[in-house]
Amino acid sequence: MKPARFDYARPATLAEALALLAKPDTAVLAGGQSLMPMMNLRVARPARLVDINRLPLGEIALGNGVLRIGALARHAAVLASPLVAQAAPLLPQALAQVAHAAIRNRGTLGGSLSLADPAAELPACMLALDATLVAASAARGERRIAASAFFHGLYSTALEPDELLLRAELPAAAPGWRYAFLELARRHGDFAMAGLALALGPGAARLALCGVEAGQRRQPAAEAALAAGDLPAAIAALGTAEAMDSPDLPAAQRVHLAQVLLRRAFQQIGAAHAAA
Amino acid sequence: MLPPDEPTAEIACTVNGEAIHTQVPLRRSLVDWLRHDVGLTGSHVGCEHGVCGACHVRVDGQVVRGCLMLAVQADGATVETIEGARDPLTLALQDAFFHHAALQCGFCTPGMILQAAELLAQHPAPTRAEVREALSGNYCRCTGYQPIVDAVMAVSAILPAK
Repeated sequence: MKPARFDYARPATLAEALALLAKPDTAVLAGGQSLMPMMNLRVARPARLVDINRLPLGEIALGNGVLRIGALARHAAVLASPLVAQAAPLLPQALAQVAHAAIRNRGTLGGSLSLADPAAELPACMLALDATLVAASAARGERRIAASAFFHGLYSTALEPDELLLRAELPAAAPGWRYAFLELARRHGDFAMAGLALALGPGAARLALCGVEAGQRRQPAAEAALAAGDLPAAIAALGTAEAMDSPDLPAAQRVHLAQVLLRRAFQQIGAAHAAA
Repeated sequence: MLPPDEPTAEIACTVNGEAIHTQVPLRRSLVDWLRHDVGLTGSHVGCEHGVCGACHVRVDGQVVRGCLMLAVQADGATVETIEGARDPLTLALQDAFFHHAALQCGFCTPGMILQAAELLAQHPAPTRAEVREALSGNYCRCTGYQPIVDAVMAVSAILPAK
Protein backbone atom coordinates (compact mmCIF):
# COMPACT_ATOMS: atom_id res chain seq x y z
CA MET A 1 0.00 0.00 0.00
CA LYS A 2 2.19 2.78 -1.28
CA PRO A 3 1.08 6.00 -2.95
CA ALA A 4 1.34 6.46 -6.69
CA ARG A 5 4.05 8.83 -7.92
CA PHE A 6 3.61 12.54 -7.38
CA ASP A 7 5.60 15.74 -7.67
CA TYR A 8 6.30 17.49 -4.42
CA ALA A 9 6.81 21.14 -3.58
CA ARG A 10 7.31 22.76 -0.20
CA PRO A 11 6.81 26.49 -0.67
CA ALA A 12 8.22 28.90 1.90
CA THR A 13 5.75 31.70 1.22
CA LEU A 14 2.01 31.97 0.74
CA ALA A 15 2.47 33.62 -2.67
CA GLU A 16 4.58 30.67 -3.83
CA ALA A 17 2.01 28.19 -2.49
CA LEU A 18 -0.90 29.91 -4.24
CA ALA A 19 1.02 30.03 -7.53
CA LEU A 20 1.61 26.27 -7.26
CA LEU A 21 -2.06 25.62 -6.49
CA ALA A 22 -3.04 27.24 -9.79
CA LYS A 23 -1.68 24.13 -11.56
CA PRO A 24 -4.20 21.37 -12.29
CA ASP A 25 -4.46 18.14 -10.28
CA THR A 26 -2.68 19.59 -7.27
CA ALA A 27 -3.47 18.61 -3.68
CA VAL A 28 -2.62 20.55 -0.54
CA LEU A 29 -0.67 18.51 2.01
CA ALA A 30 -1.28 19.89 5.51
CA GLY A 31 -1.38 17.35 8.38
CA GLY A 32 -1.80 14.50 5.92
CA GLN A 33 -3.95 12.48 8.32
CA SER A 34 -6.66 11.97 5.68
CA LEU A 35 -4.81 12.68 2.43
CA MET A 36 -1.98 10.22 3.06
CA PRO A 37 -4.31 7.29 3.87
CA MET A 38 -6.31 8.12 0.73
CA MET A 39 -3.09 8.21 -1.31
CA ASN A 40 -1.77 5.00 0.27
CA LEU A 41 -5.07 3.32 -0.62
CA ARG A 42 -4.84 5.04 -4.04
CA VAL A 43 -8.30 6.48 -3.61
CA ALA A 44 -6.48 9.78 -4.24
CA ARG A 45 -3.76 10.10 -6.90
CA PRO A 46 -2.88 13.78 -7.19
CA ALA A 47 -0.19 14.63 -9.74
CA ARG A 48 1.49 16.99 -7.31
CA LEU A 49 1.50 17.83 -3.62
CA VAL A 50 1.95 21.31 -2.25
CA ASP A 51 3.21 20.82 1.30
CA ILE A 52 2.12 23.91 3.25
CA ASN A 53 3.74 22.90 6.54
CA ARG A 54 6.40 25.63 6.26
CA LEU A 55 3.83 28.44 5.91
CA PRO A 56 3.10 30.59 8.96
CA LEU A 57 -0.56 29.60 9.18
CA GLY A 58 -0.71 27.97 12.61
CA GLU A 59 -1.45 30.99 14.77
CA ILE A 60 -4.25 31.11 17.33
CA ALA A 61 -5.14 34.68 18.36
CA LEU A 62 -7.96 36.46 20.11
CA GLY A 63 -8.70 40.16 19.53
CA ASN A 64 -11.68 42.50 19.14
CA GLY A 65 -14.08 39.72 20.09
CA VAL A 66 -12.87 37.42 17.30
CA LEU A 67 -10.93 34.19 17.71
CA ARG A 68 -8.67 33.51 14.72
CA ILE A 69 -7.37 29.97 14.21
CA GLY A 70 -4.87 29.45 11.41
CA ALA A 71 -5.52 26.64 8.95
CA LEU A 72 -2.31 24.87 10.02
CA ALA A 73 -3.17 24.88 13.73
CA ARG A 74 -2.85 21.24 14.84
CA HIS A 75 -5.80 19.66 16.62
CA ALA A 76 -3.61 19.09 19.70
CA ALA A 77 -2.66 22.80 19.79
CA VAL A 78 -6.28 23.96 19.46
CA LEU A 79 -7.34 21.44 22.10
CA ALA A 80 -4.73 22.74 24.56
CA SER A 81 -5.15 26.45 23.83
CA PRO A 82 -6.42 28.57 26.77
CA LEU A 83 -7.61 31.19 24.23
CA VAL A 84 -9.80 28.59 22.51
CA ALA A 85 -11.13 27.30 25.85
CA GLN A 86 -12.10 30.86 26.73
CA ALA A 87 -13.51 32.09 23.40
CA ALA A 88 -14.81 28.87 21.79
CA PRO A 89 -15.46 26.30 24.55
CA LEU A 90 -17.30 24.09 22.03
CA LEU A 91 -14.05 23.29 20.22
CA PRO A 92 -12.19 21.48 23.04
CA GLN A 93 -15.32 19.40 23.66
CA ALA A 94 -15.33 18.38 20.00
CA LEU A 95 -11.57 17.95 19.55
CA ALA A 96 -11.37 15.51 22.45
CA GLN A 97 -13.45 13.21 20.22
CA VAL A 98 -11.33 13.70 17.09
CA ALA A 99 -9.33 10.55 16.29
CA HIS A 100 -6.37 9.68 18.51
CA ALA A 101 -3.51 11.57 20.17
CA ALA A 102 -0.91 10.91 17.47
CA ILE A 103 -3.34 11.99 14.76
CA ARG A 104 -4.26 15.13 16.70
CA ASN A 105 -0.53 15.97 16.85
CA ARG A 106 -0.46 16.28 13.04
CA GLY A 107 -4.02 16.88 11.82
CA THR A 108 -5.01 20.48 11.14
CA LEU A 109 -8.12 22.62 11.36
CA GLY A 110 -7.81 23.69 7.74
CA GLY A 111 -7.36 20.14 6.53
CA SER A 112 -10.48 18.92 8.27
CA LEU A 113 -12.59 21.82 7.01
CA SER A 114 -11.26 21.61 3.43
CA LEU A 115 -11.90 17.86 3.22
CA ALA A 116 -15.48 18.14 4.56
CA ASP A 117 -15.78 14.52 5.61
CA PRO A 118 -19.42 13.95 6.63
CA ALA A 119 -18.32 12.40 9.95
CA ALA A 120 -15.83 15.16 10.83
CA GLU A 121 -16.46 17.12 14.01
CA LEU A 122 -14.97 20.47 13.05
CA PRO A 123 -17.30 21.42 10.16
CA ALA A 124 -20.29 21.02 12.51
CA CYS A 125 -18.50 23.22 15.06
CA MET A 126 -17.84 25.94 12.47
CA LEU A 127 -21.56 25.94 11.62
CA ALA A 128 -22.69 26.04 15.25
CA LEU A 129 -20.19 28.81 16.04
CA ASP A 130 -21.17 30.88 12.98
CA ALA A 131 -17.56 30.98 11.79
CA THR A 132 -16.22 32.88 8.80
CA LEU A 133 -13.67 31.00 6.72
CA VAL A 134 -11.00 33.01 4.93
CA ALA A 135 -9.48 31.58 1.74
CA ALA A 136 -7.02 32.95 -0.81
CA SER A 137 -6.04 32.31 -4.41
CA ALA A 138 -3.32 33.80 -6.60
CA ALA A 139 -5.83 34.99 -9.19
CA ARG A 140 -8.53 36.51 -6.99
CA GLY A 141 -6.87 37.29 -3.66
CA GLU A 142 -8.59 36.74 -0.33
CA ARG A 143 -12.26 36.11 0.19
CA ARG A 144 -14.41 35.48 3.23
CA ILE A 145 -16.98 32.68 3.24
CA ALA A 146 -19.62 32.15 5.92
CA ALA A 147 -19.47 28.61 7.30
CA SER A 148 -23.14 28.21 6.31
CA ALA A 149 -22.10 28.77 2.65
CA PHE A 150 -18.82 26.83 2.82
CA PHE A 151 -19.92 23.19 3.09
CA HIS A 152 -21.58 21.94 -0.08
CA GLY A 153 -22.07 18.25 0.66
CA LEU A 154 -20.07 15.04 0.66
CA TYR A 155 -16.35 16.04 0.50
CA SER A 156 -17.40 19.24 -1.22
CA THR A 157 -16.82 22.86 -0.21
CA ALA A 158 -16.95 26.37 -1.64
CA LEU A 159 -13.17 26.26 -2.15
CA GLU A 160 -12.04 26.48 -5.78
CA PRO A 161 -9.21 24.12 -6.82
CA ASP A 162 -6.71 27.01 -6.75
CA GLU A 163 -7.80 28.28 -3.34
CA LEU A 164 -6.17 27.67 0.03
CA LEU A 165 -7.99 28.01 3.33
CA LEU A 166 -6.03 30.45 5.51
CA ARG A 167 -7.95 30.61 8.78
CA ALA A 168 -11.25 30.43 10.57
CA GLU A 169 -12.62 33.47 12.38
CA LEU A 170 -15.03 32.78 15.23
CA PRO A 171 -17.05 35.31 17.18
CA ALA A 172 -15.91 34.91 20.79
CA ALA A 173 -18.39 33.21 23.11
CA ALA A 174 -20.94 35.80 24.25
CA PRO A 175 -22.38 36.00 27.76
CA GLY A 176 -25.47 33.84 28.18
CA TRP A 177 -24.43 31.33 25.48
CA ARG A 178 -23.76 27.70 26.29
CA TYR A 179 -22.19 25.03 24.12
CA ALA A 180 -22.33 21.26 23.89
CA PHE A 181 -20.63 18.81 21.56
CA LEU A 182 -21.72 15.19 21.89
CA GLU A 183 -20.84 12.20 19.77
CA LEU A 184 -21.51 8.48 19.57
CA ALA A 185 -18.82 6.26 18.08
CA ARG A 186 -18.20 2.54 18.35
CA ARG A 187 -14.89 3.21 20.09
CA HIS A 188 -13.38 6.48 21.26
CA GLY A 189 -11.78 8.19 18.28
CA ASP A 190 -13.61 6.19 15.63
CA PHE A 191 -15.70 7.94 13.00
CA ALA A 192 -18.91 9.31 14.47
CA MET A 193 -22.11 7.31 14.03
CA ALA A 194 -23.74 10.59 14.99
CA GLY A 195 -22.43 13.82 16.44
CA LEU A 196 -24.01 17.10 17.37
CA ALA A 197 -22.73 20.64 17.91
CA LEU A 198 -25.12 22.93 19.74
CA ALA A 199 -24.84 26.59 20.69
CA LEU A 200 -27.69 27.84 22.81
CA GLY A 201 -28.15 31.52 23.60
CA PRO A 202 -30.90 33.79 24.89
CA GLY A 203 -33.78 33.16 22.47
CA ALA A 204 -31.45 31.72 19.83
CA ALA A 205 -29.84 28.41 18.89
CA ARG A 206 -27.41 27.07 16.30
CA LEU A 207 -27.29 23.36 15.65
CA ALA A 208 -25.33 21.16 13.22
CA LEU A 209 -24.86 17.39 12.97
CA CYS A 210 -21.93 15.28 11.86
CA GLY A 211 -21.94 11.65 10.79
CA VAL A 212 -25.63 11.87 9.93
CA GLU A 213 -26.22 13.71 6.64
CA ALA A 214 -23.79 13.49 3.72
CA GLY A 215 -23.34 17.26 3.76
CA GLN A 216 -23.07 19.20 6.99
CA ARG A 217 -25.45 22.13 7.44
CA ARG A 218 -27.37 24.08 10.05
CA GLN A 219 -30.70 22.56 11.11
CA PRO A 220 -33.03 25.61 10.95
CA ALA A 221 -36.29 23.91 12.00
CA ALA A 222 -34.73 22.33 15.08
CA GLU A 223 -32.93 25.62 15.85
CA ALA A 224 -36.22 27.56 15.78
CA ALA A 225 -37.83 25.08 18.18
CA LEU A 226 -34.81 25.20 20.53
CA ALA A 227 -34.85 29.00 20.47
CA ALA A 228 -38.44 28.79 21.66
CA GLY A 229 -37.44 26.31 24.37
CA ASP A 230 -39.47 23.50 22.76
CA LEU A 231 -37.25 20.41 23.00
CA PRO A 232 -39.85 17.87 21.76
CA ALA A 233 -40.47 19.95 18.62
CA ALA A 234 -36.71 20.24 18.05
CA ILE A 235 -36.27 16.48 18.38
CA ALA A 236 -39.18 15.92 15.98
CA ALA A 237 -37.64 18.39 13.52
CA LEU A 238 -34.43 16.32 13.37
CA GLY A 239 -36.62 13.43 12.19
CA THR A 240 -36.58 14.95 8.70
CA ALA A 241 -32.77 14.78 8.44
CA GLU A 242 -31.67 13.08 5.21
CA ALA A 243 -29.34 10.61 6.88
CA MET A 244 -26.72 8.48 5.16
CA ASP A 245 -27.65 4.85 4.85
CA SER A 246 -25.26 1.93 5.20
CA PRO A 247 -25.73 -1.76 5.95
CA ASP A 248 -24.15 -1.44 9.39
CA LEU A 249 -25.98 1.74 10.29
CA PRO A 250 -29.35 2.41 8.60
CA ALA A 251 -30.46 5.99 8.06
CA ALA A 252 -33.25 5.71 10.61
CA GLN A 253 -30.78 4.65 13.28
CA ARG A 254 -28.49 7.61 12.60
CA VAL A 255 -31.47 9.94 12.90
CA HIS A 256 -32.49 8.26 16.15
CA LEU A 257 -28.96 8.68 17.55
CA ALA A 258 -28.97 12.36 16.58
CA GLN A 259 -32.27 12.80 18.41
CA VAL A 260 -30.87 11.07 21.51
CA LEU A 261 -27.83 13.36 21.40
CA LEU A 262 -30.03 16.46 21.09
CA ARG A 263 -31.99 15.46 24.19
CA ARG A 264 -28.75 14.85 26.12
CA ALA A 265 -27.20 18.10 24.93
CA PHE A 266 -30.29 20.06 25.88
CA GLN A 267 -30.38 18.41 29.28
CA GLN A 268 -26.71 19.27 29.72
CA ILE A 269 -26.90 22.97 28.82
CA GLY A 270 -30.54 23.85 28.16
CA ALA A 271 -31.79 23.23 31.69
CA ALA A 272 -28.97 25.28 33.15
CA HIS A 273 -29.77 27.92 30.57
CA ALA A 274 -33.45 28.08 31.51
CA ALA A 275 -32.49 28.38 35.19
CA ALA A 276 -30.04 31.23 34.52
CA MET B 1 11.30 -2.02 -4.61
CA LEU B 2 11.04 1.42 -6.17
CA PRO B 3 12.14 1.76 -9.80
CA PRO B 4 15.59 3.27 -10.53
CA ASP B 5 14.13 6.45 -12.03
CA GLU B 6 12.11 7.19 -8.87
CA PRO B 7 12.13 10.95 -8.15
CA THR B 8 13.95 11.89 -4.96
CA ALA B 9 14.66 14.94 -2.85
CA GLU B 10 17.46 15.89 -0.51
CA ILE B 11 16.82 16.00 3.23
CA ALA B 12 18.87 16.77 6.31
CA CYS B 13 17.55 15.67 9.67
CA THR B 14 18.54 14.13 12.97
CA VAL B 15 17.57 10.54 13.72
CA ASN B 16 18.21 9.30 17.26
CA GLY B 17 20.83 11.98 17.72
CA GLU B 18 22.68 11.25 14.48
CA ALA B 19 22.73 13.86 11.71
CA ILE B 20 21.68 12.40 8.37
CA HIS B 21 22.00 14.09 4.99
CA THR B 22 20.61 12.04 2.16
CA GLN B 23 18.31 11.63 -0.84
CA VAL B 24 14.88 10.12 -0.22
CA PRO B 25 12.29 8.91 -2.72
CA LEU B 26 9.42 11.43 -2.72
CA ARG B 27 6.74 8.85 -2.07
CA ARG B 28 8.56 6.95 0.68
CA SER B 29 6.84 7.22 4.06
CA LEU B 30 8.86 8.24 7.09
CA VAL B 31 8.53 4.79 8.66
CA ASP B 32 9.53 2.96 5.47
CA TRP B 33 12.57 5.22 5.15
CA LEU B 34 13.57 4.61 8.78
CA ARG B 35 13.24 0.86 8.33
CA HIS B 36 14.58 0.28 4.82
CA ASP B 37 17.14 3.06 4.40
CA VAL B 38 18.27 3.96 7.93
CA GLY B 39 18.00 0.37 9.18
CA LEU B 40 15.92 1.14 12.26
CA THR B 41 13.38 -1.67 12.30
CA GLY B 42 11.93 -0.98 15.76
CA SER B 43 9.06 1.01 14.26
CA HIS B 44 6.65 -1.39 12.63
CA VAL B 45 4.45 -1.12 9.55
CA GLY B 46 0.96 -2.45 10.10
CA CYS B 47 -2.01 -0.90 8.36
CA GLU B 48 -0.29 1.89 6.37
CA HIS B 49 -3.34 4.10 6.67
CA GLY B 50 -3.12 5.55 10.14
CA VAL B 51 -5.31 3.12 12.05
CA CYS B 52 -3.05 0.74 14.00
CA GLY B 53 -0.33 2.87 15.62
CA ALA B 54 2.49 0.34 15.15
CA CYS B 55 4.52 2.93 13.18
CA HIS B 56 4.62 5.61 15.89
CA VAL B 57 7.79 7.71 16.02
CA ARG B 58 8.57 11.05 17.62
CA VAL B 59 9.05 14.02 15.32
CA ASP B 60 10.25 17.18 17.07
CA GLY B 61 9.18 15.65 20.36
CA GLN B 62 5.65 14.70 19.34
CA VAL B 63 4.37 11.20 18.64
CA VAL B 64 3.12 10.85 15.06
CA ARG B 65 2.00 8.13 12.67
CA GLY B 66 5.14 7.24 10.72
CA CYS B 67 3.04 5.91 7.84
CA LEU B 68 1.20 9.22 7.36
CA MET B 69 4.25 11.43 7.08
CA LEU B 70 6.56 11.41 4.09
CA ALA B 71 10.28 10.99 4.67
CA VAL B 72 10.82 14.19 2.67
CA GLN B 73 8.77 16.02 5.32
CA ALA B 74 11.33 15.09 7.97
CA ASP B 75 13.74 17.61 6.43
CA GLY B 76 14.98 19.79 9.29
CA ALA B 77 13.25 17.67 11.92
CA THR B 78 14.48 15.76 14.94
CA VAL B 79 13.24 12.17 14.68
CA GLU B 80 13.32 9.66 17.51
CA THR B 81 12.42 5.99 17.19
CA ILE B 82 12.00 3.40 19.93
CA GLU B 83 15.70 2.53 19.48
CA GLY B 84 16.72 6.08 20.40
CA ALA B 85 14.10 6.92 23.02
CA ARG B 86 16.17 6.75 26.21
CA ASP B 87 14.17 9.15 28.38
CA PRO B 88 13.34 7.89 31.90
CA LEU B 89 9.62 7.44 31.12
CA THR B 90 10.31 5.25 28.11
CA LEU B 91 12.83 3.15 30.04
CA ALA B 92 10.42 2.76 32.96
CA LEU B 93 7.62 1.74 30.57
CA GLN B 94 9.83 -0.84 28.85
CA ASP B 95 10.59 -2.36 32.23
CA ALA B 96 6.92 -2.28 33.30
CA PHE B 97 5.73 -3.85 30.02
CA PHE B 98 8.16 -6.71 30.65
CA HIS B 99 7.13 -7.22 34.29
CA HIS B 100 3.39 -7.03 33.58
CA ALA B 101 3.57 -9.27 30.49
CA ALA B 102 2.09 -6.37 28.51
CA LEU B 103 3.25 -7.86 25.22
CA GLN B 104 3.20 -11.17 23.46
CA CYS B 105 4.31 -10.83 19.84
CA GLY B 106 5.67 -7.32 20.42
CA PHE B 107 4.50 -5.85 17.12
CA CYS B 108 2.50 -3.04 18.74
CA THR B 109 4.86 -2.50 21.69
CA PRO B 110 7.12 0.29 20.36
CA GLY B 111 4.10 2.36 19.36
CA MET B 112 2.34 1.64 22.64
CA ILE B 113 5.36 2.68 24.69
CA LEU B 114 5.97 5.93 22.81
CA GLN B 115 2.27 6.85 23.10
CA ALA B 116 2.14 5.93 26.79
CA ALA B 117 5.29 7.98 27.45
CA GLU B 118 3.68 11.02 25.82
CA LEU B 119 0.57 10.54 27.96
CA LEU B 120 2.54 10.27 31.22
CA ALA B 121 4.69 13.28 30.31
CA GLN B 122 1.51 15.35 29.94
CA HIS B 123 -0.64 13.66 32.61
CA PRO B 124 1.46 11.82 35.22
CA ALA B 125 -1.60 10.49 37.08
CA PRO B 126 -4.18 9.29 34.54
CA THR B 127 -7.13 7.06 35.37
CA ARG B 128 -7.39 3.66 33.70
CA ALA B 129 -10.05 5.11 31.42
CA GLU B 130 -7.69 7.93 30.42
CA VAL B 131 -4.93 5.41 29.67
CA ARG B 132 -7.32 3.46 27.45
CA GLU B 133 -8.39 6.64 25.67
CA ALA B 134 -4.77 7.70 25.12
CA LEU B 135 -3.94 4.25 23.67
CA SER B 136 -7.17 4.00 21.64
CA GLY B 137 -5.18 4.61 18.45
CA ASN B 138 -2.81 1.69 19.09
CA TYR B 139 -4.02 -1.80 18.23
CA CYS B 140 -2.87 -4.88 20.14
CA ARG B 141 -4.13 -8.25 18.91
CA CYS B 142 -2.49 -10.35 21.63
CA THR B 143 -2.96 -9.06 25.14
CA GLY B 144 -6.52 -7.80 25.39
CA TYR B 145 -5.02 -4.51 26.62
CA GLN B 146 -5.51 -5.24 30.33
CA PRO B 147 -1.80 -5.83 31.13
CA ILE B 148 -0.85 -2.84 28.95
CA VAL B 149 -3.03 -0.57 31.06
CA ASP B 150 -1.60 -2.26 34.19
CA ALA B 151 1.94 -1.46 33.04
CA VAL B 152 1.18 2.20 32.31
CA MET B 153 -0.60 2.58 35.67
CA ALA B 154 2.38 0.98 37.43
CA VAL B 155 4.73 3.60 35.97
CA SER B 156 2.25 6.35 36.80
CA ALA B 157 2.22 5.17 40.42
CA ILE B 158 5.94 5.83 40.85
CA LEU B 159 5.86 9.29 39.21
CA PRO B 160 5.73 12.44 41.30
CA ALA B 161 2.36 14.19 40.88
CA LYS B 162 2.53 17.21 38.54
